Amino acid sequence: MSQIAINKKGKTKKMKSRENIVTIFKNGDLFTRLSFLIMGLGNIARKQFVKGLIYLGCEIGFIYFLATVGIEKLQGLITLGTQTQGWVLDETLGIEVLSQGDNSMLFLLYGVCTLVAVAVFLVVYISNIYSAKHVQDLADQNVHIPTFKEDLKDLMDNKFHLTLMTIPLLMVTIFTVLPLIYMVLIAFTNYDKDHQPPGALFHWVGLANFKDMLFSASSFSHTFFPVLGWTLIWAVFATVTCYFGGIVLAILINKEGIKLKKMWRTIFVITMAVPQFITLLVVRQMLMDYGPLNGELIGWGIISEYIPFLTKPMYARIVVIIVNFWLGVPYTMLITSSILMNIPKELYEAAQIDGASPIKAFIKITMPYVFFVTAPYLITQFIGNINNFNVIYFLTKGEPLATDYYFAGKTDLLVTWLYKLTVNYKDYSRASVIGIAVFVISVVISLVTFNLTSSAKSEEDFQ
Amino acid sequence: MSTMSMKARKKASNTLVYIILTVLGIIWLFPIIWIVLTSFRAEGTANVPYFIPKTYTIQNYVKLFTSDIFNFKRWFLNTFIVATGSCLLSTFINVSVAYVMSRLRFRLRRTYMNVALVLGMFPGFMSMIAIYYVLKAFGLTQSLVALILVYSAGAATTFYIAKGFFDTISREIDEAARIDGANNAQVFTKIILPLSKPILVYTALQAFISPWMDFIMAKMIMGDNYDKYTVAIGLWYMTEKENIEQYFTTFAAGSVCIAIPITILFIWLQKYYVSGVTGGSIK
Repeated sequence: MSQIAINKKGKTKKMKSRENIVTIFKNGDLFTRLSFLIMGLGNIARKQFVKGLIYLGCEIGFIYFLATVGIEKLQGLITLGTQTQGWVLDETLGIEVLSQGDNSMLFLLYGVCTLVAVAVFLVVYISNIYSAKHVQDLADQNVHIPTFKEDLKDLMDNKFHLTLMTIPLLMVTIFTVLPLIYMVLIAFTNYDKDHQPPGALFHWVGLANFKDMLFSASSFSHTFFPVLGWTLIWAVFATVTCYFGGIVLAILINKEGIKLKKMWRTIFVITMAVPQFITLLVVRQMLMDYGPLNGELIGWGIISEYIPFLTKPMYARIVVIIVNFWLGVPYTMLITSSILMNIPKELYEAAQIDGASPIKAFIKITMPYVFFVTAPYLITQFIGNINNFNVIYFLTKGEPLATDYYFAGKTDLLVTWLYKLTVNYKDYSRASVIGIAVFVISVVISLVTFNLTSSAKSEEDFQ
Repeated sequence: MSTMSMKARKKASNTLVYIILTVLGIIWLFPIIWIVLTSFRAEGTANVPYFIPKTYTIQNYVKLFTSDIFNFKRWFLNTFIVATGSCLLSTFINVSVAYVMSRLRFRLRRTYMNVALVLGMFPGFMSMIAIYYVLKAFGLTQSLVALILVYSAGAATTFYIAKGFFDTISREIDEAARIDGANNAQVFTKIILPLSKPILVYTALQAFISPWMDFIMAKMIMGDNYDKYTVAIGLWYMTEKENIEQYFTTFAAGSVCIAIPITILFIWLQKYYVSGVTGGSIK
């Protein structure tokens, strides 16, 4: 049974690799070719009535949708509205009445929805063509053509992926892909606080926002580069400190002869378990200018005046890195613990016989081993830190504010800046440009490092 | 003689390690102990220039559960509903997608995996405004269902850890079951899932915990509807400028109330957590 399934799969795969829409049209018979125009015809001709009718229904429904609303929405996507809200003279009444005007935001949203609908239809359309060719092949070879019931049954077997993927795909399309397309498109408009629908329209502006960010002398550009610089510095320090701190801690806990290993681990893991926003808000309170830490230090006579932990730019930047260290070390510790236990003991014994000091053994044995295994984790952590919203937002809110910045503070990362522009200033187009910048940075870093590390092996090799 | 000195040296170095671990342990637990102390502090203001409270009270907890302005009980219940719902839905989505990507072969499989990777590279909340409008179009804003849907939708692109786990299960098991006449659905539900307890627990735990911690999406979707707040936004709201002087100790009490169950859950399932994280990505 399984042998047959594999053979069948192998064969169809081979066939499909040679087939594409053009060759199907060339080699298909009349019904297959007509399926390009009338969807489902190929299936109906081979007595797959239900399946064929479903395809046909999709086509009719789609054409109806296009004719009634679709075309109009696509046009709206191009113009983004022409009628500004305002007072218009109503000739029949002879007075001015409030005209609702167009809402660019809705035009864009519905336009994107229509585009997604078109894309979904195209997938159905292409599957219709392949399906027509498939039943034609079966008929030519005089093989039994599956009935609708058998097709349904196959959804639990060879087509099981369709069954499992339907709900996830639907949700990803609605809540991830569609909003993302919408936001990416906004980067090419002037949707900011001066162009808020329904009161005002916004328009396509092409690459103007990107030029503004990269090549102009505007305050937006003067903020972007320093914030980008700090984001990268932060990500490097945050990743490296947590990484080495976590490894050292794991080595200490796993050291031979140390008792109560589980208890020690648990102590550090507790900081991971408490929700981050709580610990961060608490630490923020501790570090306030007139907070307990300064109070105690003054009380003990160590300092005479409070230390501006969170209000002086340089201090604030160091503090966020230290607090992130405190948060991140347990995580690396937990992950490296199990790796450390897998390092063959003989390596260390041999090193000891050769007279290597523990530090040398750490550099020559532990680090290469751990690094080799955790390279992908390190990349993920680095990207995670570029996007580390929590630590910055809850600890400093990006402050201290910088007057020459465009609504950003000295500890703001690109993502917290993006958040503030969106929520506080409704500066959607600029926020969106920043989002795309973060995306590009993440992609470049991942690609470069992934190709550099030896872990970039084919997934099939290791299955 | 030399073994004696070796032993002595070992003992000395272990003592040093104990000292370091104790100091680090105190540093690591300190903020958490402080929040517990603060939750019992009788001096009400936010900023006091000392760590150890001068007088103690349980009024903060009483206030937390009886306050009319901040309905903590309601927030707790809301979060629990969202956490349970998104735990079920997103575990289903995550494990389904991971299994499909790991075990089944079909057209567009690679494409989907690459698209998921690319989607993951965008900052998570970049599209929050758009999500808000989409929810509004469905009439779902300011509802708990919306939160469940949004949290669970993310699971379809973060399946890589679970996929890594499924990759490690030998394919011979599937083949054997198929020879015995099982179809793919049966292989999944009867063979693979029972073998995947660690990753199921890990995924469910992650999904259950994240609604207690997420702030951005919840705030965006709930806006000013206090009755629909989750604990994360509620507690954050207590520490906003206009409330912090009056409510910081109440905030501390609330924090303790949600930190305790989550910490217990987390420590209890720690071993699954480790095998979940390391099982897939590191091998």
